[in-house]
Amino acid sequence: MSQTARPPSFLARNRETLLRIAIPILVVVCLVLLWQVLVTATGVPQYILPGPSAVAVALVKDWGTLSPALWVTTKITLSALALALVGGVGIAVFLVQSKWIETAFYPIAVILQVTPIVAIAPLILIYAPTTQVALLICAFLVAFFPILSNMVQGLKSVDHNLLNLFDLYGASRWQTLIYLKLPASLPYFMTGLRIGGGLSLIAAVVAEFAAGSAGAGSGLAFRLLEAQYRLNIPRLFAALILLSALGVVIFAITSFIAWLGLHRWHESSIRREN
Amino acid sequence: MTETEATPPTASHKRPLVAMRNVSKSFSSGTLALSEMSLTVQGGEFVSLLGPSGCGKSTALRIIAGLGDVTTGEIDWPSSRINSKGLPEGDISFVFQEPTLMPWQTVFGNVYLPLRLTGISKAAARENIMACLDMVGLKDFADAYPRELSGGMKMRVSIARALVTKPKLLLMDEPFAALDEITRQKLNDDVLRLWRETGITVIFVTHSVFESAYLSNRIVVMKARPGRVHADFPLVTSLDRGPLYRTSEEYRATCEKVSHSLMEAIGFPLADGMEMH
Repeated sequence: MSQTARPPSFLARNRETLLRIAIPILVVVCLVLLWQVLVTATGVPQYILPGPSAVAVALVKDWGTLSPALWVTTKITLSALALALVGGVGIAVFLVQSKWIETAFYPIAVILQVTPIVAIAPLILIYAPTTQVALLICAFLVAFFPILSNMVQGLKSVDHNLLNLFDLYGASRWQTLIYLKLPASLPYFMTGLRIGGGLSLIAAVVAEFAAGSAGAGSGLAFRLLEAQYRLNIPRLFAALILLSALGVVIFAITSFIAWLGLHRWHESSIRREN
Repeated sequence: MTETEATPPTASHKRPLVAMRNVSKSFSSGTLALSEMSLTVQGGEFVSLLGPSGCGKSTALRIIAGLGDVTTGEIDWPSSRINSKGLPEGDISFVFQEPTLMPWQTVFGNVYLPLRLTGISKAAARENIMACLDMVGLKDFADAYPRELSGGMKMRVSIARALVTKPKLLLMDEPFAALDEITRQKLNDDVLRLWRETGITVIFVTHSVFESAYLSNRIVVMKARPGRVHADFPLVTSLDRGPLYRTSEEYRATCEKVSHSLMEAIGFPLADGMEMH
């Protein structure tokens, strides 16, 4: 009866969390070290495969060229994602208003989605007033569809009993949308957001390749191509690292937003305890 | 000792709360769910609709609630103000078989919903909501989310939400069918207490003889294919219904009476030996 469990120490309590952070970092550090060792040992020329130290030097030295490009790409990616969120949710709400509206307009959304973006890009370049706008439209078109299709699915998956309940209490269409359909489709929206976030970055890069934009106002994709033409491979790697860092940040932010919205109530964000 | 004829309960001089007249309902699949059903419910009654599955008892309840139209016949609300949808305004509440709570809202938010939909502010509704939560014993759980509650507690939230509009008529569609026996008995006692305290009218759909015999003061036994009323009789008890009543001879006799009526409705042949005194 006198046995009382001693409170576990800080390390014991947070062991799993610490390991979760430490293990991936350790793996990345090992891989980078291996890369450096291999490059030094084999003596590969820098214009074929630079070592991580050369890439780091390029990152610092070329920061003046790379940072404006990073900023341009970030701007295009985020504005495309924002537009895709507004458009995707808005059009999803419009589509589910009636079966006939969906029948009429959903195929158009599908056609826009399945047509490869690289193939439409030249056309968009002709019509868009500036290259930046063209890139924005391309990135928007790609990011928009996963958000739309997830939202349509979410809006249609509302519990029928809850819909009956809202009917019973005489809820208007607007009230049903605001208090029931939108909150109920939040998990679907978050899935769309995470997919759309990743895709808008990919589309921003691919569209810039397709557009062949050049000069001062260009994004990271142009800097990447430029570095390749000049055989400045360390800078190419530096640009690549910036792109993946941007992707990781977007992923982290969208995941955090999903967690914020769902962690109090949705199974996907709750730890299972048995 | 069976009542094959539908015997209406003692006529009251009051106007009835709701009257179904020759209501039939067929689904788009062609199934006739209800055939020529008539039912008049007086204010303050506790009516159980009892019957086998497929007898249309849930359909009848949904029609009374205005969820789904009648094919023929009519529903009348002689003592209520009727809104544009032909429903009595704010007078009916529904408790579904599942708790039907919004998982993204707290217990408080879920109970607030019916008031929120009528445009009442959270501050103005607070007192009423807390009183309803108190009535079902969940005052301390106002800030909990539905997933943190047990099945019985979720059902209590659902009942609190139904009571928050102070309805005249509470419709319950097999509300405790998915709960364990102990929780179910507890909730039966709670519903009885609420019925006594608030004077609300209850129409309770169940397939349990024991539940209907324990709760109601009138039982409507229904028959399947097509759904229709088989027997309609009042239950009067001399004892207070409570834990003691569950083991009383009177309760046993009531269960037997209800059970026989249900067996007839199902068409179960009664052997001679089963005919009890």
